[in-house]
Amino acid sequence: MANRSKRIPIQHVVGYVMSIVLTVLAAWAALNSNLPVIWIIILILALAVIQAGIQLFMFMHIIERGTGHAPWQMIFHGFILAAIVVAGSLFTMSFGFNHDHNDDGGHEQHEQHEQE
Amino acid sequence: MQLDEFFVTGEPLIYAGMVAIVLVTSAIIFLLTYFKKWQWLWREWLTTVDHKKIGIMYILSALAMLFRAGMDALMMRTQLAFPDMNFLNAQHYNEVFTTHGTIMIIFMAMPFLIGLMNIVVPLQIGARDFAFPFVNALSFWSFFFGALLFNISFVIGGSPDAGWTSYTPLSGAAMSPGPGQNFYLLALQLSGIGTLATGINLMVTIIKMRAPGMTLFKMPIFTWSTLITSFIIVFAFPILTIALALLTIDRIFGSQFFTVTGEGLPMMWANLFWMWGHPEVYIVILPAFGIFSEVISTFAKKRLFGYNVMVWSIILIAGLSFLVWVHHFFTMGAGAFVNSVFSISTMAIAVPTGVKIFNWLATLYKSKIQMTTAMMWALAFIPSFVIGGVTGVMLGMAAADYQFHNSYFLIAHFHYVLIAGTVFACFAGLVYWYPKMFGHKLNERIGKWSFWLFVIGFHVCFFPQYFLGLDGMPRRVFHIIPEWMPLNQIATVGAFVMGIGFAVFVFNIYYSYRHSEREKTGDPWDGRTLEWATPTPVPHYNFAIVPHVESHDAHWDMKQKDKTIYNESKLEPIHMPNSTGQPFIMMAILFFASFALVFEWIWLAVAGLIGALVMMGIRSFDYDEGHHVEVDEIKQTERSARRL
Repeated sequence: MANRSKRIPIQHVVGYVMSIVLTVLAAWAALNSNLPVIWIIILILALAVIQAGIQLFMFMHIIERGTGHAPWQMIFHGFILAAIVVAGSLFTMSFGFNHDHNDDGGHEQHEQHEQE
Repeated sequence: MQLDEFFVTGEPLIYAGMVAIVLVTSAIIFLLTYFKKWQWLWREWLTTVDHKKIGIMYILSALAMLFRAGMDALMMRTQLAFPDMNFLNAQHYNEVFTTHGTIMIIFMAMPFLIGLMNIVVPLQIGARDFAFPFVNALSFWSFFFGALLFNISFVIGGSPDAGWTSYTPLSGAAMSPGPGQNFYLLALQLSGIGTLATGINLMVTIIKMRAPGMTLFKMPIFTWSTLITSFIIVFAFPILTIALALLTIDRIFGSQFFTVTGEGLPMMWANLFWMWGHPEVYIVILPAFGIFSEVISTFAKKRLFGYNVMVWSIILIAGLSFLVWVHHFFTMGAGAFVNSVFSISTMAIAVPTGVKIFNWLATLYKSKIQMTTAMMWALAFIPSFVIGGVTGVMLGMAAADYQFHNSYFLIAHFHYVLIAGTVFACFAGLVYWYPKMFGHKLNERIGKWSFWLFVIGFHVCFFPQYFLGLDGMPRRVFHIIPEWMPLNQIATVGAFVMGIGFAVFVFNIYYSYRHSEREKTGDPWDGRTLEWATPTPVPHYNFAIVPHVESHDAHWDMKQKDKTIYNESKLEPIHMPNSTGQPFIMMAILFFASFALVFEWIWLAVAGLIGALVMMGIRSFDYDEGHHVEVDEIKQTERSARRL
């Protein structure tokens, strides 16, 4: 486009770098941090929220005022759907099941180690 | 890797398939070279961003896929009618039903409907193309190469064999080693890019590019159903993308998301798959409802009865479609409470669907019905689909489902809704909009022959399967007991009659191309919506002047008031996008990358992925502004198209 500004899109570059940093941090937490599992999960969830914020504010023009307004309706539906996927999966996959697999699982893994 | 591991060997049917592929490919190459058509192919088709041409390519590919998966079906039916002939062995049978299901849903039903949407929706809303024509071309080529990847699996590497649902742990690396399941995962992933992009594209097109005056509730009903379908696509396909990615990582890089060992959750695959899979069946049925609504209201010569209620019931069905997925696996063993919840939400879907059925009947009530081929498909749809729907409610009752689950009762049910719904709609829509696409009608007499053959064959094939299911015949078996023989043989006869019906349909395309009277008016059916206001052949910019819409059934209204959308004095230059080869090249590179990943040649796949990223970079700095069609050229085109 003729009227395209030539300056570097600082915001996008910063957002991109931050996204990568957050991802690396999450990978480190899961693989190398030796934190208790529950803290790893909490940390990753927190990072995910920050990541979503970066997406919304730095890439998706959520606060920009221009020709139109932010697609609140789509964001709302997106949240509803995410809630259905997460809550629905928890509901379906955990209701009426016995999750005490420690005996079986450990045993099978043990066997595999022996075979190796 | 040895060559005999790369190619599938030892199966006479597959050798025949290889020979056929080589012959057909060389014939095509020869014809293109002999008639010097390579340049034409590249200029007019491979690089086009015109929604009408892309739609035609979608429909042609979908018809080819219908043929391929239909042959799969006939092979299965032959095996089940003569189980002692050893026509297919167990492994081959597994591969055939897997490819049949996957191709019919992903590479036949969806592309066929998306093809019709491509052609019709911009014309119905008075737009000159999609919102993102480049992305539209990209979508088509991603579907095309995804389908290609899936289809070569039967000669190279071996087809997937874990069913179209690809349930884990069966489809995991431990129980299905080799490239077969990878073909499934990567072909669906590749074509999924296109489907998702089309969903966004159509959504933006319909929301932003409607002709002035066309409010949402003045849109034609097919456009409405397309809009709602796009919403379902945008919300449901990411779930499939993630599920496929997780299973791909499981299989290729050894993670443990869906494995039995290593604390994986195999049932999570079924959960995620059906979270996408149930909305998916509405992705293929809602546009079908839209097509039938258009056809019925045109040939009943009435405005669609209860238009607003029809729209709201589509929206309600779409919303409910995200809340019923567990009814596909009631027998998984979740608690009674879970099953009850999903049982009730499933039955709730029958309410808006029933509303639609009654609205179609009310549209037909006291109308002067024109018995065209398209209308006959629509009329046959109503009772057939009701049978499928009623048995669907039976399956939706969790307690009863423990009996019906994975029996032929289920098979009969979903073929009754998918064939009577989607396939009839594809035929009805193709016959109905054919004059708009190709400038001549399909022959009505031959069309009715194909209609009767297909519909009678369909009922003969699938109605007995309800009773086979009640007699206890499970799905996905290649060998049966004597009690099931008679009904199976009847079903096989029906399947072959359907095959003949399809052959007659294809012959009709050839016959009509040669003999049908050419269309002159652009409005062969005395239509009601804007697409019939355009001349035939439709100019590449669709509308010389963007029409002003005042009412529902805009074209009908204009005809009553003796108005046309064309006015030579008001012409202005039209801004149109340029053709580009980038979508084709980008997707060809991704095809190469996916193929490498299927065989787990990681570095080759990485190279392909880098190639795709480079293509994206090129696209990012591509400041192609398109071109303007000048007034003189528009005048000339319109004069010849409108025969002024």
